[in-house]
Amino acid sequence: MNKLQLPVNDRDQRTGNLEAELTLVEYGDYQCPYCRQAHPLVQRLLREHGNQLRFVFRHFPLRKIHAEATMAAYTAEAAGRQGKFWQMHDLLFVNQHRFREETIFHDLARKLDLNMDKFLADTGDMEIATKVENDFRGGIYSSVNRTPTFFLNEEKVYLYDGTYESLLTTIELFV
Amino acid sequence: MLAPNFELNATPDQKLRLSELRGKRVVLAFYPADWSPVCGDQLDLFNETLKYFSSYNAQVIGISVDSTWSHMAFSRDRNLHFPLLSDFEPKGAVSRLFWCYNATKGCSERALFIIDEQGIIRWSEIYPEGINPGVDGVLEALEELNAKTNKKNYEQVTIAGQ
Repeated sequence: MNKLQLPVNDRDQRTGNLEAELTLVEYGDYQCPYCRQAHPLVQRLLREHGNQLRFVFRHFPLRKIHAEATMAAYTAEAAGRQGKFWQMHDLLFVNQHRFREETIFHDLARKLDLNMDKFLADTGDMEIATKVENDFRGGIYSSVNRTPTFFLNEEKVYLYDGTYESLLTTIELFV
Repeated sequence: MLAPNFELNATPDQKLRLSELRGKRVVLAFYPADWSPVCGDQLDLFNETLKYFSSYNAQVIGISVDSTWSHMAFSRDRNLHFPLLSDFEPKGAVSRLFWCYNATKGCSERALFIIDEQGIIRWSEIYPEGINPGVDGVLEALEELNAKTNKKNYEQVTIAGQ
C-alpha cells in the first residue's frame, strides 16, 4: 500500500494552515540524521507556503538503532500537552547531537519553561506511549520504509531526495 | 509447495536448519547485502516489528550471501534481534533453490517467503531492485493466512459438530 492508511485526525500534531486543502504528513524519528536534514526544509516550506499547507508530524522511532528516539518522541508529545509541541519538535532536531547527554530532554523542557512536574509525569504517561506506538504502527501499514517518509494528501511522496526543491516540486505538482 | 529444506550458518559455529522450525511460521527475507546506508532498511523494519510477527507465530530470518563475520558485525551495528543466515559457500546455493539469486550481480534478490507450520510455502514475493517494500505486504499476507486457517478450523469444527 502506498496510501496513508491512518487518516489525519484530532490526535495528530498539526501546524500550518489547518484549513488548507493540502496536507503533508511526515513520518519521522528525532534521532534520524535524514530527518534532521529534512527539518529546516520543512520549516522553510511552512514559512514560504504555510498558508496553503497543513503539516502533520507522526512518530516513527527506530528504537533498535536509535536508543533515544522513543524518549525524544515522548518529550515532544509531553511538551504538546503544555501547548509547545512544535517548539519542542524544533529544539529536538536542533539538539539531536546531544541526545546521549543524560539530562538533555529535561534541559530542553526547562528551556521551554514547561511545568516540570507535569512534564515528567507526561513523559511516562501510557496515553502518550500509545500515541507514539499507534503512529508507528500506522506508518508500518502505510509502507513507510525509511525516515523521513512524506505523504501528500494521503499519497506517498517518492520525489523527495533530501533537497528543498524536491519537496517544493512535490507540492507544486499537486496544486 | 513444500519449501526446500536447507542448512546454513547463523554464526561462524552455529548452523540453522529450516526443518528445525516446524511448528512455527517462518518469514524468509532474502536481501542483496549487509550494510545498506539508509535508516529504515527493510531489515530495520523487521527488527522493529518482531512482536507483530510473533503475534502471527512467525520467526523472521534474513538471508544474504555475506559471510557470517559480516553478518555478525552488521547485526551488532543494527542491533538486530533475529538470525541472519549466510548463503556464502557454495555462494547463493539456497537463494538459487528459492529462485531468487541474481547471477549477474552475484547476490540474492530482495524476496520474501512465508513458510507455514508444516514447512509449506504459502506466500512469496520478489521485489524489483532498489525497492524497499517495507513490511506491510508480508504482515497482510500473514493476516490473510490467519483468516484462512481460522475459516478452515471453523469448518472442521462445524462438520465435526454435525
